Amino acid sequence: MNHSFYENLTQFTYLVATALFIFSLKWLSHPKTARRGVLAGVLAMTAAIGGTFLHHEIRHVVAQSGFFDALKWIGIAIIAGTIVGIPLAMVPLTAVPQRTALSHSFGGLAAGLVGTAKYMLWYGEGEGALTKFRMIAIIVEIILGYLTFTGSLMACGKLQEWIPTRPITYKNQNLINLALLAVAIGVGVLIVFKPMLWWLFPLVILFSLAFGVLLIIPIGGADMPTVISLLNAYAGLSAVAMGFVLENKLLITAGALDGSSGFILSVIMCRAMNRSFTNVLFGAFGQVKTSAAVTEQRTVKSATPQDAAQLLETANLVVVVPGYGMAVAQAQHRVRELYDQLTKRGVDVKFAIHPVAGRMPGHMNVLLAEAEIPYDKLIEMNDINSEMPRVDVVLVIGANDVVNPAARHDKGSPIFGMPIIDADKAKTCLAIKRTMNPGFAGIENELYYADNTLMVFGDAKAVVGSLVKELSDQGGIH
Amino acid sequence: MQQLDLWSMLFVFMLATFIGFELIRNVSRLLHTPLMSLTNAISAIAVVGSIIIAGEQKTTATTVLGTIAVFASMTNIISGFLLTDRMLKMFKKREPGK
Repeated sequence: MNHSFYENLTQFTYLVATALFIFSLKWLSHPKTARRGVLAGVLAMTAAIGGTFLHHEIRHVVAQSGFFDALKWIGIAIIAGTIVGIPLAMVPLTAVPQRTALSHSFGGLAAGLVGTAKYMLWYGEGEGALTKFRMIAIIVEIILGYLTFTGSLMACGKLQEWIPTRPITYKNQNLINLALLAVAIGVGVLIVFKPMLWWLFPLVILFSLAFGVLLIIPIGGADMPTVISLLNAYAGLSAVAMGFVLENKLLITAGALDGSSGFILSVIMCRAMNRSFTNVLFGAFGQVKTSAAVTEQRTVKSATPQDAAQLLETANLVVVVPGYGMAVAQAQHRVRELYDQLTKRGVDVKFAIHPVAGRMPGHMNVLLAEAEIPYDKLIEMNDINSEMPRVDVVLVIGANDVVNPAARHDKGSPIFGMPIIDADKAKTCLAIKRTMNPGFAGIENELYYADNTLMVFGDAKAVVGSLVKELSDQGGIH
Repeated sequence: MQQLDLWSMLFVFMLATFIGFELIRNVSRLLHTPLMSLTNAISAIAVVGSIIIAGEQKTTATTVLGTIAVFASMTNIISGFLLTDRMLKMFKKREPGK
């Protein structure tokens, strides 16, 4: 077989892979077809990898040093990657954000390493090989790749709570960060024009690595959904840059699909918090903002689980508003039992999902799906809000800021303008909470003081458990 | 010649980005976490570049860098696809038996 036959075959497999990747994302749009999307993705990846082994440089090495010697290291890397990858896919669903951050960091690392290797190879070929176009592509690839690598590692550490989740700030932080990025880009520009000054190259790497760390340090836990999405976009774009370096259109396409996904998710997350990208990256949310809290004594009404169970039982329409606190308390399976008890009595139960509930986009949906709550009962914020006045009981479990009416009218509140779930517009609101301490970010929640709100104090899992018990005991009497 | 290639790559990049925007906008918000883990796996297409660098064995240093990159990408491919499928299996409309 001649050379061009294999080249054409490689390009053909890449073409097929591109089409399959597009189908993969298309099928993911709905839960019914989503698993087919995964299959399409697996086929695409298999085709792409298979086609790559037909690449002329690799066939050349195989012809020279034999199949085993040529491919043993790649084989070992593939096996090792598989061994590490399987347990990473089995993590508990509360740990999926950490796993995702870790995988962005691996993606960034791969891009950075390939960019570095390509520079070394072309450097060896002499100045003629290091054209401006290639150098620009390589510099973009390594800056994005290495900053995604360390930035995502930091995000992973924060989510896993190996590093303090609160924002770590110091004087002139933004100035220092921006200066560091400017220096990295400046050195990068210099090496584009003077590609043979090889010692500039490790400097770019070093500055990018440092910038990645410093970028994430000041960002607080509540902003993690946005940060993860943004790092997702960076990881995609670094794959695109790798495509430009290697002149490989499959890499450009697949990277662009990933990059646009990360970008759209970031925009959704920012809108859901009424904040801009710059504000998330440089705002260090969730620190100092403890503005002289008005400590005026306000009264709250509390209810026992018995009262609460009675309210729920006599309702027609109940909406549960779950927050990340529910997942922390591992209460989702109890919530499912509550759902079963109420549904059995003919009560319509729905779940109101705020876009930033959880630690990454869509996290709450996955946590509830794991507890086997049917997905057609998980309703988006905007759709549930129009129904709110008809709702008999809203049950708030582990959510706080996303139901705070202050976001609608209190211009002084740090969360003013953030879209919320209108729990206060329901006929009755039940809020399960451990104590009256204002949560994370220290913002008082007006909802708890409203006339139609009843507080049920206690641990989320225990309270929901006793609600279930109340309902099932009564079920015996009926 | 190279000029031409740069432009065709930019065309591919632009078109793929627009297709990406349209596809992703249609993904139900229910599935945004699986979406992210699936795109993790898809962007691990970097494995293609890594295999070429590791496989062409031009110098020891680049072979080592390429091999590490193959490992990193492969981890994302395996865990990305497996995790996505594991999560998607949980999305059911009605519990069985009801």
